Amino acid sequence: MKVIDIRKEGMDEVRKHENENLTITGCLGERYIGCGMRNGTIHVEGTPGNALGSYLDGGTIFVDGNAQDAAADTMNAGLLAIKGSAGDALAYGMRGGRVYVLGDTGYRTGVHMKAYKDNKSILVIGGRTGSFLGEYLAGGIIIVLGLGDEKKDITGYFCGNGMYAGTIYLRTDKVPLNLSEKLIKRNVEEDEKDRILRPIISDFAAAFSIPAKRCLEGSFIAIEADKSKSYSQLYAAV
Amino acid sequence: MRKYRIRKDESCISCLRCTKECSFGAITAGENRTLIFHHEKCVDCQRCVTFCPAEALYITEDENRFRSNSVFRKDDIEEILIQAETGGVLLSSMGTSGSNVPIYFDKLLLNASQVTNPSIDPLREPMETAVFIGQRPERIQRDEIGRIVDNLPPHLELKTPIMFSAMSYGAISLNVHKALAFAAKELGTYWNTGEGGLHESLYPYKENTIVQVASGRFGVHETYLNTAAAIEIKIGQGAKPGIGGHLTGKKIIGDVSKTRMVPEGLDAISPAPHHDIYSIEDLAQLVMSIKEVTHYRKPVIVKVAAVHNIAPIASGIARSGADIISIDGYRGGTGAAPKRIRDNVGIPIELAIASVDQRLREERIRDRVSIIASGGIRNSSDAVKAIALGADAVSIGTAALCALGCHICAACHTGRCAWGLATQEPELTERLDPEKGAEKLVNLVNAWTHEIKEIMGGMGINSIEALRGNRMALRGVNLNVKELEILGIRYAGE
Amino acid sequence: MKKEGEVRISSGCAISGIFCRDGKRISGEAIKKSIAVMHNRSNGLGGGFAAYGIYPQYKDYFALHIFYDSQNAREDTERFLDKRFDIINLSKIPVRQTQNISDAPLIWRYFITPLPHLLQDSQLDENEYTAKATIRINNSIEGAYVVSCGKNMGVFKAVGYPEDVADFYRIEDYEGYSWTAHGRYPTNTPGWWAGSHPFSLLDLTVVHNGEISSYDANRRAVEMYGYSCNLLTDTEVITYILDYLTRKQGLSMKECSEVIAAPFWTTISIKSEEEKNRLSYLRKMFSSFLITGPFSILVGFNGGMMALNDRLKLRSLVAAEKGETVYFSSEEAAIRVIEDNPDRIWAPRGGEAVIVGLNERGKRI
Repeated sequence: MKVIDIRKEGMDEVRKHENENLTITGCLGERYIGCGMRNGTIHVEGTPGNALGSYLDGGTIFVDGNAQDAAADTMNAGLLAIKGSAGDALAYGMRGGRVYVLGDTGYRTGVHMKAYKDNKSILVIGGRTGSFLGEYLAGGIIIVLGLGDEKKDITGYFCGNGMYAGTIYLRTDKVPLNLSEKLIKRNVEEDEKDRILRPIISDFAAAFSIPAKRCLEGSFIAIEADKSKSYSQLYAAV
Repeated sequence: MRKYRIRKDESCISCLRCTKECSFGAITAGENRTLIFHHEKCVDCQRCVTFCPAEALYITEDENRFRSNSVFRKDDIEEILIQAETGGVLLSSMGTSGSNVPIYFDKLLLNASQVTNPSIDPLREPMETAVFIGQRPERIQRDEIGRIVDNLPPHLELKTPIMFSAMSYGAISLNVHKALAFAAKELGTYWNTGEGGLHESLYPYKENTIVQVASGRFGVHETYLNTAAAIEIKIGQGAKPGIGGHLTGKKIIGDVSKTRMVPEGLDAISPAPHHDIYSIEDLAQLVMSIKEVTHYRKPVIVKVAAVHNIAPIASGIARSGADIISIDGYRGGTGAAPKRIRDNVGIPIELAIASVDQRLREERIRDRVSIIASGGIRNSSDAVKAIALGADAVSIGTAALCALGCHICAACHTGRCAWGLATQEPELTERLDPEKGAEKLVNLVNAWTHEIKEIMGGMGINSIEALRGNRMALRGVNLNVKELEILGIRYAGE
Repeated sequence: MKKEGEVRISSGCAISGIFCRDGKRISGEAIKKSIAVMHNRSNGLGGGFAAYGIYPQYKDYFALHIFYDSQNAREDTERFLDKRFDIINLSKIPVRQTQNISDAPLIWRYFITPLPHLLQDSQLDENEYTAKATIRINNSIEGAYVVSCGKNMGVFKAVGYPEDVADFYRIEDYEGYSWTAHGRYPTNTPGWWAGSHPFSLLDLTVVHNGEISSYDANRRAVEMYGYSCNLLTDTEVITYILDYLTRKQGLSMKECSEVIAAPFWTTISIKSEEEKNRLSYLRKMFSSFLITGPFSILVGFNGGMMALNDRLKLRSLVAAEKGETVYFSSEEAAIRVIEDNPDRIWAPRGGEAVIVGLNERGKRI
């Protein structure tokens, strides 16, 4: 495996070997790592900069530490796994693939994620998220586990505001703070948990070598758009 | 004097519906279910057109006209003829008319965010339109252990910065009052009784009612003052600054008489000034006496017409103890006013708000009081522009009446309103179902509120207080340097 | 082209801050290293630093950093100061020739204290007396601009990338317990040194990232209370609002944060009764000072620092702690570069101020 010290060798060296298997060490805010990558595996050490794995189109990025803002922006396919936490605007406009974050994420996580035919965005967060989780959600699945914070609110304010498709699953029995009246909250039954959550969460747990059982413990709720309250009612033609 | 011409086409089914709808006697039935048109009586209220099941009726301007003259226009000559005939003062209603009415709102353009900061989608993100209006103290106070003490005088809380203007029972019907009261409650805003008192059946709506005290003091008593969220002292109104009111004895019947506490058939005269206010310190006395009788629990509004000296007048009001200043611009409506006054006295609300807001800031007292703008607010963008110029909220009268059916035929002063609004004739007032009327008002204000949110969101503003006085949000077109200076805005492109 | 103040220029930015709660004075080297990591976030059109605790030998005197366009401006200003203050010390601020920094004004430093009899006659406290004097210099002496005027603190700013500005001012030669830094990305090129950040009044300094949408509502409100927003920048108006709320209204920094980044009414409504009343009061009382649109700010003041995001958290802000040292930055990497193993690293929530101050030991130093 190729090892690149990014502080010494720079982004050009990373770009040259992008679709291979490589390890990048010593990251300190370098932006656009793995941007548009189609295959290969990048192992990132240190703190990569903004727009990590944006337009990611396949392959795997594994981050040991924390990621900053706008990771997985408009991501299309592949896997981005972050062992630490992620900043604001994670997975904005994501169109497909998987993003796993073991720690917490910032504000506006998974805004306007989508699904189309076989492309289905999947975002799993091990910790808690900031406000505006899954805002404008247009498809795909977001799962927040709140590991270790079972007693707390795990999503912040305005969770799912304006979402019109897709599902947000939360491992909690608490309704998110000030949930919009245009959303429906329902409890997740065992069969849905087995059918939908178990395979995804098992894959998430395997990515970080943690026991899946713990991640699946307890009850889940699901947040979805209330289709009877669409925004088209708001308009009147002149 | 014939102004309009009534016609029908061959699809008329002779149902005679129009003869029943017309309250002005402009269409009557002749023999064998024929229609007789009395064109000279038509006011173009469009009631017959709206209700004609066959869509067979047409009202047009009368094409017969005077020989054109670039100085004496048609209206000028007609009015001379009327006055030569009658010797009377021309009476009119609704707002200023004529082809040269200045509307500054149409020359103001709004801003939006691009790149350097984000616009906000109001359907998904929080967007706050709630406004608190009232007085603010100059300084905070703390108790002995350092906690902030709530030293704010009482405030009105508006869920949206739009309220309903004062329109009196007598000028409009009880059903209109009911519709306004129901709607205000539903919307979380306020309606205003005007100067004709408050009908007892509307006492339960006190939390959303502003009661008015005008120079005639009709229907003003201790219970009235305390059956309200706020009390408004009316000094003047935009349509007729400096002029009192005259509700003819013909309208003082039944509950109007009872509510106004004026004997049936007797004229109700509102003097031009309050005869207990001949100077600004007298205003302070009236403000404080009203506060005394309402135990300092309700804000007091002082409503004035926008006149030349509006800035110092507003400053004087701000120092009188009043909590809120309501300014009614030159284009504001009325149930009846001398035409020359309506069309020639006062200044447009845009200039008035801009100069008052600036003046109060220069005197460092703008934060002490709140300002309501009215007088020709036609839509949500007018409201946004008024707020960006410096108003806390706006109030709508004519627009509210339009939502209830009014087509602005400006025949309110005849008392024969075919839409059942500006009348007390039982067979006409029953044309408005208060519940349905309230629904229309609620729809209108909700739609405007959505639009205000869209406009604010585009500018990246998510709370209405950040729009207040935010004149960078405005740019002018077709304005001269002086107008830009008074409005406190820059030219588009600057 | 119009310069800053004649036209409103919006800008994006990077910010960074270091605060030693134990009063330990560290050199400017660390903050320079931190802000330099975020080179991408600025465009070379403005950089600057605020430092606290750097003038211990003069800590009882107001330290003035002044830009002059000409010797005449300097002479006029010194005459002005001499009439009103006792000038304890004056000198040029030492600078280093730096390739990327040009068009430098004359940069002078003064340690002054109000003349006692004039101060007494003015019936003002010494802060207000000094603030008024510096505002007068900025407004009335052509070619003179007071960059900072607090005690035991100073602002160093220029047109250039922040790391070049640090070299220019030999920032490594100063030692302070509190540092903030700013790299600017203005959408225009005024090239005017005074337009760079931090902006300050007395010991209050602000660095800011974002562009606020409430600008003119806030400006027109604060100008009511005797302030004059000459630069038309967000940073200036935020500084004046904070000065007004703290010094004239007596609000704490936390209360200030609850005014300028007030919680939404829906958020207030789910608080306890007492908290609901308190927050509603602050929102209603100071509604003209609500700031909307994106911002993250670091506010420096004697003995403390506040980090605050707008209530929607539209700009990034990361905080970290290591022992008694606290770090703030627009990006985590800018903290990691100077402290690779913090005890705690977190993103403060929108509208939730993080306020740090000197501890008992720090206060004694």
